[in-house]
Amino acid sequence: MSMTTDMTTEKNRPAAPTTAAQAESETAISMRGVTKIFGENPQRALNMLQEGKSKTEVQAETGNVVGLDNVSLEIGHNQIYVVMGLSGSGKSTLIRHVNRLIEPTSGEIIVGGKDVLKMSLDDLRTFRRTKVAMVFQKFGLLPHRSVLDNVAYGLEVSGVGKKERQEAAAKWIETVGLAGYENSRPQQLSGGQQQRVGLARALALDTDIILMDEAFSALDPLIRSGMQDELINLQKSLHKTILFITHDFDEALKIGDRIAVLKDGAVVQQGKPEDIVLRPANEHIEEFVRDVNKARAIHVRSIMERGATEPCELCVSQDARCEDVLPLFAEHQWVGVTDEAGNQIGRVTAKQVIKALARYTPGVGN
Amino acid sequence: MFPDIIDTRPLRRAIDEGLNWVVANWGTQFEAAAHPLLVLLNLIEKLLVATPWWVIVLVLTAIAWRATRRWPLPAVVAISLLFLGVMDLWRDAMATMALMIAATLTAIIISIPVGVAMSRSVRVRHVLTPILDLMQTLPSFVYLIPTVMIFGPGKIPALIATIVYAAPPLVRLSDLGLRSVDPAVMEASRAFGTTPGQRLMGVQIPLALPTILAGINQTTMMALAMVVIASMIGAGGLGYQVLQGIGRLEVSRGLFAGLGIVVLAIIFDRITQAFGRQLQARIGLVEARP
Ligand SMILES: Nc1ncnc2c1ncn2[C@@H]1O[C@H](COP(=O)(O)OP(=O)(O)O)[C@@H](O)[C@H]1O
Ligand SMILES: [Mg+2]
Repeated sequence: MSMTTDMTTEKNRPAAPTTAAQAESETAISMRGVTKIFGENPQRALNMLQEGKSKTEVQAETGNVVGLDNVSLEIGHNQIYVVMGLSGSGKSTLIRHVNRLIEPTSGEIIVGGKDVLKMSLDDLRTFRRTKVAMVFQKFGLLPHRSVLDNVAYGLEVSGVGKKERQEAAAKWIETVGLAGYENSRPQQLSGGQQQRVGLARALALDTDIILMDEAFSALDPLIRSGMQDELINLQKSLHKTILFITHDFDEALKIGDRIAVLKDGAVVQQGKPEDIVLRPANEHIEEFVRDVNKARAIHVRSIMERGATEPCELCVSQDARCEDVLPLFAEHQWVGVTDEAGNQIGRVTAKQVIKALARYTPGVGN
Repeated sequence: MFPDIIDTRPLRRAIDEGLNWVVANWGTQFEAAAHPLLVLLNLIEKLLVATPWWVIVLVLTAIAWRATRRWPLPAVVAISLLFLGVMDLWRDAMATMALMIAATLTAIIISIPVGVAMSRSVRVRHVLTPILDLMQTLPSFVYLIPTVMIFGPGKIPALIATIVYAAPPLVRLSDLGLRSVDPAVMEASRAFGTTPGQRLMGVQIPLALPTILAGINQTTMMALAMVVIASMIGAGGLGYQVLQGIGRLEVSRGLFAGLGIVVLAIIFDRITQAFGRQLQARIGLVEARP
């Protein structure tokens, strides 16, 4: 993984899993009707929720906090699925259900075809060692161990021999760009470097699924942007399923193949980034959309004009984003759009892009 | 005066008779159970007495160097030990040191598992906290008398009394240290599929070690504070010299032996503290000193 990201790779990134049918038939993670209530009397609170009372009402009457409210998610293989919401909306609670760091009050959680809630403690440990790795907002590194031993930690726990696990760890340290820091202590590194250690530690387990709880939220904006690019590249080369939590809508749009928006523990909308930007489900989401860089969220594919046109001087992939084509209009009236094979399938004009970007800005022009 | 509501005499008689019964029927068993303590204490004492004085000076000075890597502490340690030798307190200082080390070792073996149990269960903590308070505040003579009755005067009751008095801070600080380990680190460890044992040995204890070491430091200090009382029931050493000094009104004898205790306290206090700082720096809780 290099620090510099080239634009082309990002442009060509499939916005959705290449085979949508496969993703629907066998999901990597599926949560069905998961509700979590923190407090003394979860059953009573659960009944109130089912009667349609809100989180605030339940809390006022029973003193119990609703962490998750009837959450159902289907997360396909090989994609970055982002769960976005304000602080306190239940994001951390949600992601901790996937590896059962938190037990739900009710509902069903299937990961890789296995019912997580039916696992014995032993099964659960094996599951955590081999199927899901996790990256944390506060890094959670072991301060008394070197970077190398931190990255090797997951393997050590599973009983992998010293030589083997240290070799594997060294490889992943190199992948995340920390070669040379093997013997440093975590606290000698910057925040961004520490999170690379956290990422390498998760990658070293070689699991299909990686859970990332606000993994980049503690980092400075520039470092953060670089890490986002690297994550996208990593996902493409390693084909992981990544469940990514963030409170930052821009980040969600940038890295998410699919996005779910969480409010008061309930999912208010889920879909592709442009679905959410172009058709926000309610006012709450509209508020997010208002401040966001829409040019980043909207793909050329969804606004282009299809059909035969004259051959183009300049072409972009249908997976390009508006922000990628905008600079091209300085020199051109329109640009051609090509499919994966490189055949021209239509074109997009400056007018169309401007319209798409302007359409949902309330109070202007309409 | 407060009115007599109940007659406490039968209660007191029952307790006294109960103790007498225990002494008569279980005395030998108790003594046998405590025998390993005596073996440990004698072993340490023999070792310290048999070792040439200059070896002990060298070893402790080297440990002090190892703990700080600067010259002031080793110098203080060497001068303090030479002071003990020059003042003709060496033999007694070794006996006191043996008592302190035996009490501290035993306290470590008992207290850390108890601290672990307390850190894991609120109920255990609720039960043990008042007992620890009691152990620290009950005047030591109150439990000294029954221990002497059970074990007879000698080193065993002296050692037990010292342990009872010196162990509580270590239990408390072990519990505190284990509970204050960063929950984010514990959660990360859990997410990687660790067993509770792996978390305890691989994360909690290493990260709690500076706090546990602070507990060990307190235990050594409290053990030294007990030596005069312990010498009343058969432990020799500097405490006995102090006692004799008081008894014979030889102020000088009491003063020198008292200073000897202070000197031992300084040595062990500074060395354990320095190790604690070193450990904290290593796991990044504070900046390492330049
Ligand atoms: N252990 C807990 N006990 C009680 N309430 C909790 C607990 N963990 C989280 N909550 C509550 O659940 C809600 C969701 O929390 P969280 O999942 O941490 O939100 P987010 O990660 O989106 O900021 C919050 O209202 C929080 O106060
Ligand atoms: Mg959170």
